[in-house]
Amino acid sequence: MPSGIVSYGVYIPRFRIRASEIARIWGESEDIGRSLNVFEKAVPDMDEDAVTIAVEAARHAVDRAGLDPCRIGAIYSGSESHPYAVKSTGTIVGEAICTSPAFTAADFEFACKAGTAAIQACLGLVSSGLIDLGLAIGSDVSQGAPGDALEYTAAAGGAAYVIGSRDLAAEIESFYSFTTDTPDFWRREGMPYPEHGGRFTGEPAYFKHVTSAAKGLMNKISVTPEDYDYAVFHQPNGKFPVRVARKLGFTKEQIEPGLVVPHIGNTYSGSCLIGLAATLDVARPGDRIFVTSFGSGAGSDAFSIKVCDKIEEIREGAPSVRDYIAKAQYLDYAVYAKHKGKLRL
Amino acid sequence: MTTHSPRFWRCIPQRYRLTGTHCTMCNEYYFPPRTICPNCRRDAKMEEHKFKGTGTVVTYTIIHNATEDFERQTPYNLAIIELDEGPRLTGQVVSSKSGIKIGMRVRPVFRILGKEGERGIIYYGTKFVPIED
Amino acid sequence: MRSVSIIGVGCTKFGERWDSSLRDMALEAGVLAISDAGIAGEDIGAMYVGNMSGGRFIDQEHIGALIADCVGLSRLHIPSTRVEAACASGGLALRQAILAVASGYQDIVIAAGVEKMTDVSSGTAADALSAAADREWETFFGATFPALYAMIARLHMRKFGTTQEQLAEVAVKNHHHGYLNPLAQYHMELKVEDVLKSPMVADPLHIMDCSPITDGAAALVLAPTEVARKYCDTPIKIIGTAQASDTLALHDRREITTLDATVHAARAAFSQARIEPSQIDVAEVHDCFTIGEILAIEDLGFVEKGQGGKAAEDGVTCLGGKMPVNTSGGLKACGHPVGATGIKQACEIALQLRGQAGKRQVDEAEIGLAHNVGGSGGTALVHIFSR
Repeated sequence: MPSGIVSYGVYIPRFRIRASEIARIWGESEDIGRSLNVFEKAVPDMDEDAVTIAVEAARHAVDRAGLDPCRIGAIYSGSESHPYAVKSTGTIVGEAICTSPAFTAADFEFACKAGTAAIQACLGLVSSGLIDLGLAIGSDVSQGAPGDALEYTAAAGGAAYVIGSRDLAAEIESFYSFTTDTPDFWRREGMPYPEHGGRFTGEPAYFKHVTSAAKGLMNKISVTPEDYDYAVFHQPNGKFPVRVARKLGFTKEQIEPGLVVPHIGNTYSGSCLIGLAATLDVARPGDRIFVTSFGSGAGSDAFSIKVCDKIEEIREGAPSVRDYIAKAQYLDYAVYAKHKGKLRL
Repeated sequence: MTTHSPRFWRCIPQRYRLTGTHCTMCNEYYFPPRTICPNCRRDAKMEEHKFKGTGTVVTYTIIHNATEDFERQTPYNLAIIELDEGPRLTGQVVSSKSGIKIGMRVRPVFRILGKEGERGIIYYGTKFVPIED
Repeated sequence: MRSVSIIGVGCTKFGERWDSSLRDMALEAGVLAISDAGIAGEDIGAMYVGNMSGGRFIDQEHIGALIADCVGLSRLHIPSTRVEAACASGGLALRQAILAVASGYQDIVIAAGVEKMTDVSSGTAADALSAAADREWETFFGATFPALYAMIARLHMRKFGTTQEQLAEVAVKNHHHGYLNPLAQYHMELKVEDVLKSPMVADPLHIMDCSPITDGAAALVLAPTEVARKYCDTPIKIIGTAQASDTLALHDRREITTLDATVHAARAAFSQARIEPSQIDVAEVHDCFTIGEILAIEDLGFVEKGQGGKAAEDGVTCLGGKMPVNTSGGLKACGHPVGATGIKQACEIALQLRGQAGKRQVDEAEIGLAHNVGGSGGTALVHIFSR
């Protein structure tokens, strides 16, 4: 039976730091924003973390469609910055959104694609009839080491998707995943900051996996980029998704609504999911959206999504991605470092 | 090592979801929940009530000197907020571009309240932001 | 119920007493009091000791037995009770002692109070003090003790037009009184600008609006009035004793800018004593923060609700004014060793009524009042004394 997105919700913290401010501190060109196509990124408040962001996004998802949270039979939360290495974020989200205890939960990790993996797991449980609704979340307060290139893009934010098989706002028609052991970017247990392979994260990692998953899906269901109104690709910076879209044959117009990284940075597990939400905020019934995530380590999940009539009914029920992008409050580097706990006291 | 888990856990429905009580006998609402209504005492008929969380600032302060647990967040706003249903509670008002004032309308958000050091549990709960935010 | 009088008083110097332990100070105050009363250890029937938090400050509980022991009374096996009501522990210890004598159950009873607050860091002390608030629903959410009174002040300013300058006047006055009290923690005069320029603790309260962390002890000897003159030339009669409670959390109060516990205790005490507030010649009230004194003089009935700030500004409550308040220096300048404060207040009133208050003597003081509050108003004690 058709399954897909019953509702969605996002949360992006209000604080921002400009790329030019980070560059100022580290003696880089203040024009660096243009070369990354990331001009500012979202910074969490001192009392926010991947869990609080997950809760806010999940609450919006439930409220948007006026759902009864007790129908949720699974909560899978994906992040690279779960505050507990042992104790599931899903348990806290469940209590916060008033589910009954009759649900399963587990935390996902697959770098930036943990959220889409969570969606796939929910699709399985829902379309087999084992549960009524599933909640898949991608949220992060990703850390970039001070002075490292990642510091310009590692941002905070999250999105939550309620997956079900009736009253669909958007049907997930099919998906295809491509996964290999590719050590392009990782973080060892107990280490505060990730390591990355520099240019190795490009062709052998991001581009290979995104294009393989995307082409795999297009072959599987016999579609071409022209069959889609919109496309969303994982956004580690503002250049890669533009390049991969072009490589695959998608246009700038198709990816435009979902390209949020220039304004909020790379929200890691939230990246693709926030891009998809931004697209759902404007898409019309009948529109088709092609989504491909990427997680370092490495893997990509590609989805073909068709928007349904119900989207019009639920869209106004919670804040949009643009609403959050507009609420920006700028910090200088010192306050940013304090917020991110980079200052060892 | 960490000793407060049960005490915190017991209050999760209140801190996460603002679950209180309502005396159907005298129609008074209580948050935090009271098992016994001070008006009706043993004649009370109490039921659970989940508060919307929207309310108004009755009074406030800006804390500059805090206990060790909160030292890093200073200065921060603390207010007594009257929930729309009636009861008052004490809570932080965060992320406010416009500062804080008596009469300001607020809504609830889910935030970290504190942590038991580097190794202990994280206390999550409800803080408030201005309603327009 | 028979009448009770104070026949002896003793009070240590208040301050940072690095060289003195809790036991040392309790002994010091105890010896002063029983020497003043001219009694022997064998005369003591019972002891009540006010102490808020031996556990948090010096990891010591079982304070009742400890104090009886360290003042040398262990072999007499007297009943010794530790009394706790946060900052009102001392006032409550006094009340318990009065009731023991008034009931006829005991004859000579010691009411004491002691607190040793400087053996821990100020952060730990602040956290221990915040246990006087609602731990689950105030402190847990980030409230500090000054924050609670700051919120009262903020609303008082909004409702009645009280100003920060008027709050500062309370501190200035109490420092002026403290300057004249050899036992006070602070001997420095203040100006309003000094208060307003001092760092902000919790808006609108500056650090100079707040009472300090203090070590100290005080003790009283009580006896039935009918035999008091055997021991002392000027026994001070307790003509009213009352205690009241209220919600623990400030947000649950009927009215944030009124301490109903004070109102109720005052009403009961004045009724017992059969006098009006206007007949009080001198009062020690609970100025844990400057706003505390303003609330107190309103809620005790000395001035109309909302007029407390103006009274401070007009010098009504200063030595030489119509109604001198906190001639000891109050909690602000004399210091606030939590468990001892309520007893110290009674000692000060006794000295005033005896005419032994030295440079801070209120002329012809006949009737005095002591007011002690726990937390942000969860408990209040009011005692009225006469010559």
